[in-house]
Amino acid sequence: MSLLMEPLVQRMLLAGLLVGITTPVVGTYLVQRRMALLGDGIGHVALAGVAAGWLAGSAAGMAQRDTLAIPGAIIFAVAGAVAIERMRSKGAAADVVMAVLFYGGIATGVLLIGLAGGSNANLLGYLFGSISTVTWVDVWITGGLAVAILVVGLYLRPALFAVTHDQEFARSTGLPVAVLNMVVAILAAITITVAMRVVGVLLVSALMILPVAIAEQLTHSFSRTMHLAMGIGAVLTVAGVAITLEHDLQPGALIVVLGVAAYVVTNIGAGLVRRVRGTP
Amino acid sequence: MSSPASTPIVPRPVLVARDVRVSLQGSEILHGVGIEAAPGEVVALMGGNGSGKSTFVRALVGAVPTTAGTIEFFDAPASAQARARVGYVPQRMTASGGLAATALEVVTSGLLGHRALRPGRGANTKALKALATLGVEELAHRDVSHLSGGQQQRVLISRALVRNPQLLILDEPMAGVDLQSQVAFAHALGHLKESGVAIVIVLHELGAIARHIDQAVVIEHGCITYVGKPPQDLGVHALPGHDHEHAHEEPAARAGSGLGLEGPQ
Repeated sequence: MSLLMEPLVQRMLLAGLLVGITTPVVGTYLVQRRMALLGDGIGHVALAGVAAGWLAGSAAGMAQRDTLAIPGAIIFAVAGAVAIERMRSKGAAADVVMAVLFYGGIATGVLLIGLAGGSNANLLGYLFGSISTVTWVDVWITGGLAVAILVVGLYLRPALFAVTHDQEFARSTGLPVAVLNMVVAILAAITITVAMRVVGVLLVSALMILPVAIAEQLTHSFSRTMHLAMGIGAVLTVAGVAITLEHDLQPGALIVVLGVAAYVVTNIGAGLVRRVRGTP
Repeated sequence: MSSPASTPIVPRPVLVARDVRVSLQGSEILHGVGIEAAPGEVVALMGGNGSGKSTFVRALVGAVPTTAGTIEFFDAPASAQARARVGYVPQRMTASGGLAATALEVVTSGLLGHRALRPGRGANTKALKALATLGVEELAHRDVSHLSGGQQQRVLISRALVRNPQLLILDEPMAGVDLQSQVAFAHALGHLKESGVAIVIVLHELGAIARHIDQAVVIEHGCITYVGKPPQDLGVHALPGHDHEHAHEEPAARAGSGLGLEGPQ
């Protein structure tokens, strides 16, 4: 218990909890729209943003060259999300657009970090997460963005559900369909940059999707899927962080492996229940 | 807003569409079609497969863009605000969503609109009442993707009815639907007609609701070929627009723009 008194442990758990609760909110909309891999695409664009922020920071002669890394990531991620949504709404194949962003993002990131005088190792912190170096400023920024995501993602749930469930009907009711589609894309971009410090770009998408994939096997309701996924996300991240306090494991990777294990167990369990009940 | 009882006035149409043209993927699907519907009037929109009747109603509700023509709801050009009083029932439930949703959640989404991003108070009660109108309130908490075609259709009609529409637009609500659902729908339709709702309904055959229909409009190859009373007590094979029919040279046929539609007598 004395570990809980350690400021670093408090920061890690708090950051983990914030990320665990917020990412599945956006993930629910992405799974509903069959764009589960959007997080991966935007995540790699965010990585290019990290490198661009790094380059800007060193060009401005800042003492800490990574000061502008997160602002850079947010700008790049939002721009990438807007680009994906615009191309998708014009009928482009969403998977191809996401693939282009994925490769373009990581290649641009490697090029820019080199120009900034950094190494690929500097990017690794963002690729795999570095929750053990989280500062109180990081926690405050994460908290602020998490609140914004929760307010928008939960308040607009009925409208975002309507648009993602049946776009044609939503249009017939007079709902601002294009604006709401853009809100989902921008929410995804902001969520990724929030989660980046904790689980890393590579695993952000997993933390968005895994809790939703687990929750959807346990309920038939859209809103309950979302609420359950938020709880599962919180449990996964806090459990992952707690285990790494005792064992020397990489927290981001551990959280995802825990999620995959929970998914497999739920899948088998749900299959058994269906077989016992005799329903397909 | 009721008119004096002594002088029966033909109510003004709540839907007036004129010379609507729609192009999809570069080729024109609708070559200038029109329709009118007054309160309490049921207009059947008929035609063979690929005639453009479905595209026409999707253009009316704003789901596909028009290249020419005018669409007016309630004496004003179609706008997001005007759509608040329009209920739309698509041909079938889209399987686009990746997650499960309950019938109650689907019906509740019908309460949203231009300035209504949230369903407001009493949403569940309203949604349950709409489901009860079609006799499917016991399905409220079931996953819609696990329901039968007829049950899904009744959920979609409930989603339109929960809006309390003054204009209801339905796209083949009877296609592939079980008899029980057809009867429940015909019953609900009769009530709506009596309460003064204008109804535009795309039909392949008249079926269980034949007696409610005031006017038939037939579309063939993107043009209107017939406007008038539906043939009573005759099967679908007697109607122009049926698949086995040949050219439409009926005396009543007014091909072209669909202007000057007559109301029911």
